[in-house]
Amino acid sequence: MGILIHKAGLFSNFQDLGRFGFQYLGVSVTGAMDALAHQMANRIVGNGSDVATLEMTLIGPQLTFTAPCCIALSGADMQATLGDEPITLNRPYIVRRGQKLKLLSFVTGARTYLAVHGGFAIEPVMNSQSTYLRSGFGGWHGRSLKKDDEIPFQVLLPEDELFLKQIEKKLWQTQLYLPLTLQRPNPNRDYVRVIASDQWLAFTPESLEHFLSNPWRISRDSERMGYRLEGPQLALSQPKQMLSEATDFGTIQVPVDGQPIILMADRQSTGGYPKIATVAQVDLPALAQRKPGDILRFKLISVTEAQQLDRSRQAAIDSFAQPLEPIFKTLR
Amino acid sequence: MIRTQGDRCIIFDLGDRIDADTGLKCLSLAQRFRLATLSGVTDVIPSFITVAIQFEPHPDHQNDPIGYFERAAQRFLDQPLDQSLVESRIIEIPVCYDIEYGIDLEFVAQTAQCSIHDVIRQHTESLSRVYMVGFAPGQPYIGIHNECFDIPRRHTPRTAVPAGSVAIANRQTSIYPNVLPGGWHVIGMTPVTLFDMNRAQPSLLEPGDQVRFVAVSSERFQSIKNNEA
Repeated sequence: MGILIHKAGLFSNFQDLGRFGFQYLGVSVTGAMDALAHQMANRIVGNGSDVATLEMTLIGPQLTFTAPCCIALSGADMQATLGDEPITLNRPYIVRRGQKLKLLSFVTGARTYLAVHGGFAIEPVMNSQSTYLRSGFGGWHGRSLKKDDEIPFQVLLPEDELFLKQIEKKLWQTQLYLPLTLQRPNPNRDYVRVIASDQWLAFTPESLEHFLSNPWRISRDSERMGYRLEGPQLALSQPKQMLSEATDFGTIQVPVDGQPIILMADRQSTGGYPKIATVAQVDLPALAQRKPGDILRFKLISVTEAQQLDRSRQAAIDSFAQPLEPIFKTLR
Repeated sequence: MIRTQGDRCIIFDLGDRIDADTGLKCLSLAQRFRLATLSGVTDVIPSFITVAIQFEPHPDHQNDPIGYFERAAQRFLDQPLDQSLVESRIIEIPVCYDIEYGIDLEFVAQTAQCSIHDVIRQHTESLSRVYMVGFAPGQPYIGIHNECFDIPRRHTPRTAVPAGSVAIANRQTSIYPNVLPGGWHVIGMTPVTLFDMNRAQPSLLEPGDQVRFVAVSSERFQSIKNNEA
């Protein structure tokens, strides 16, 4: 009683906010690339932020719901249809047993998140439901979904059409306002805000100039582990042997070839390359919606400003779906 | 010294080069951070010279997470080193140093200007310590060996180093938990499994553990390996 996969899409796997607390044992955090879309989809169906959603990349899956449920999609627009009706992002939908969800390829963005009320019945591994693809554990058998997989729900809605109709009506009558910080950035805004690293001044002045003024192309071998960027070569003023230390989501490393790599969700827990900057948390979701071939620019902000933006974003995530809460209470 | 890595990570520098005192200070600070109930902490990650604190926004930080964690670190650093950490458990790691596994043994011996026998003796004779686990699940960074092992990494890393390979560089030993790229010099192989999700403690080695390498024959290597499977 859950979802039955007919076409798996290009790359669909379960992710929550990440497997925290085990990086000191070398275990990668993983988790949703676009943590904003992941959390919004969850909140819209009455879940907490850390329930696993299905992360679907570039080409979405086709699946049948084998039980009634309440779902939401957030993130990239993949021309989703439920039954034969197009459905919009960031809205809750009541689904009947046997209805089909079809996602095609992306129109905007790169990643779409499917949340279901109550979550999927996936056993947490090291406190997380996230799929750790490189090590093959977590999520659904440690891998991306395949045709004929059937993933059960954690919570089943009653098969009572009258009841479902009532809930559906209440959900439709509830207006959700998305504050600016939760809205997708203007697609024409191509800059990503970054915070300078403590090694910033160890780079040559030309490198810093190039880093901030040049357009950077996301290379073809960019994926969940890291985005490799193509542009002018960056270099330290004096070569320096670095000792390995912790990295973070958004850390921008510069290996010997001078082409920066932005570390993403599946990054290794430690790294020994020089770091030029780190992407502000608040801009990671927009970055996660960029694809190989896309162009981006960097804009410097202070760590204090970045933390302020991060806090406002998190406060907005925690409150925007409150009008729906009384409705989900009746489902418990 | 305190520095930031982006807006959700603070790094404390406790030294500028690899030595046992700095390493122990890092392990001790990391352990105190892990045991303390500080708000918003998501990960505490020690290395040879740093401790990184990763966090998410929390009201208790009162809009100043850096100050919040800096004050905590100061409290912890004022306390003496944790003796239970200094005298932590000792784990024996069997290693087969036959040339078929230790493909860089000759190179290491040449560079250190000693015999292969001396390399093995020096690698097995003293206790060393895990200062960091990283790069891959369960992959330890063990030190701090004597000058004999002060050899820089290979210029060109190998694309695939076999699982269990015991490799040295920069006075440290690392062990590859599975097939991985790597630029260290392989001197032997261990039959034990470093990381297994199905064990109560998935990682065989944790930061702070003391390690003794024990030379074993290829027959013993095989029998341990068969037992592990």
